[in-house]
Amino acid sequence: MAGQLIGLQDFADSGAETMREALSGGCSSSQCGSSDKPDSMPEEIWAKIKDHPCYSEEAHHYFARMHVAVAPACNIQCNYCNRKYDCANESRPGVVSEKLTPDQAQRKVITVANEVPQLSVLGIAGPGDACYDWKKTRETFGLISADIPDIKLCLSTNGLALPDHVDEIASMNIDHVTITINMVDPEIGVQIYPWIFYKNRRWTGLDASKILHERQMLGLEMLTERGILTKINSVMIPGVNDTHLLEVNRVVKEKGAFLHNIMPLISDPAHGTHYGLTGQRGPTPAELKALQDQLEGGAKLMRHCRQCRADAVGLLGEDRGQEFTLDQLAENVAYDPSRRVNYQTLVAEMRGEHEAAKRAASESLVDVQQAPSALVAIATKGGGRINQHFGHATEFQIYEISTHGIKFVGHRKTEQYCKGGWGEDATLDGVIAALEGVSAVLCGKIGDCPKESLAAAGIVATDDYALEWIEEGIGHWYEQVNGQQEQRQSA
Amino acid sequence: MSYKIVTSQCTVCGACEFECPNAAISLKNDLYVINAKKCTECEGQFDVPQCAAVCPVPKTCIPA
Repeated sequence: MAGQLIGLQDFADSGAETMREALSGGCSSSQCGSSDKPDSMPEEIWAKIKDHPCYSEEAHHYFARMHVAVAPACNIQCNYCNRKYDCANESRPGVVSEKLTPDQAQRKVITVANEVPQLSVLGIAGPGDACYDWKKTRETFGLISADIPDIKLCLSTNGLALPDHVDEIASMNIDHVTITINMVDPEIGVQIYPWIFYKNRRWTGLDASKILHERQMLGLEMLTERGILTKINSVMIPGVNDTHLLEVNRVVKEKGAFLHNIMPLISDPAHGTHYGLTGQRGPTPAELKALQDQLEGGAKLMRHCRQCRADAVGLLGEDRGQEFTLDQLAENVAYDPSRRVNYQTLVAEMRGEHEAAKRAASESLVDVQQAPSALVAIATKGGGRINQHFGHATEFQIYEISTHGIKFVGHRKTEQYCKGGWGEDATLDGVIAALEGVSAVLCGKIGDCPKESLAAAGIVATDDYALEWIEEGIGHWYEQVNGQQEQRQSA
Repeated sequence: MSYKIVTSQCTVCGACEFECPNAAISLKNDLYVINAKKCTECEGQFDVPQCAAVCPVPKTCIPA
């Protein structure tokens, strides 16, 4: 079976044995032990994040989230948001195809939990504001946690209404809260927020930004006091808050934020947002990475965010929301925990092996001397392995390797190259453009034709490391490339 | 004396429904409508009509 490329999403109808094969890619050893937590992290925090794909980069290879769009009402206006826009093909925050009542959300979550064993997290991210539309958020969480007690609850908010609900958030075991904080200086906020609705009136200008800032800080402090993990999302808007985000990072770290996620502004005139219509541009991948690199050492950074929709379903890199629209849900559904339980048991085994492979890959770098750092793109269907056909990839995970180690640094979205058996040359140009700066693409399989085109663009593409753990494969590639150079130099 | 919702522009977010102090706004056939008999334009209650102040779309909650 080792030659087969099975993605985690392929075993919806399969039993435990197929799950094991899909995850192991060859080895089905069960002696690998449980996953190691990072040495610096307290046990109780690790327990909270180890299965949360947004809070743990490692978990995002194994676990899936779903958002239910039960909270459409919002209490602020942001210049990057247009609430009228609604398209099934568009993937970005605030966009949904259908809004759900709490009862409908309950049916949807149970249906997904029965079919998608990777599901570990239920989030409410609007499409408005989960804390402002609080009654629906609370009712939804209450219904679902009664049926699926082990599902992790999380919500995201702009923070304005957050302080009013922190005690209820704590009592409902909502372990994770994301606050979007784009500034800690109201003068900058004026350029981002045209108005807020607070205490029965609309506020504009500096007043609006001052109130929002104070409420965000208060909410963050209250969550920290109660031990609730917080992720701060910041939209990077070139010329508005890009350099200021260093200060935001410093302040939120000081106030106890667990994770800081810098997201690029998505801006397009077709979206009808203020920024889209006025030509405000988003940052380039290089600008985003430069800022993220500057912030290393501050609050811990999240680099694997996919800026998903408020009704997304699945692993972070995929969205299976269209398989679970209201018209496809049965009237009566009952939760069957067996598939999720099987999956969780298997992942616990596999992660030990993955961790060991990661460590071995880092250690082997010691043998490579004086090699330049490189960016490597990986095609993966999940499970932590190099297991996707080049032509099937809609995104590549980007890793940076140097003699100091291998680290995940982000992802690049592309159009799928292979469409039903043939490759599109125009699409391949797009893929090559998206891979700017990347030295190699490691994938599960690739044809000669795209391989040659990539080589002409200076990018090595290979399936020599198919089914290896991602870090293992990158390490082997690096050793091979730099080993050859050393031999050539010494010859 | 009442406000109305321009349904062609409404995003059906429902913010107006729970800000309305008079329970004058309800969802009918997936559209929000204001009951003119219950609407007071928030006079004597708030400085501004709450539906218009919270509505994310300009000129969508307007005097009837």
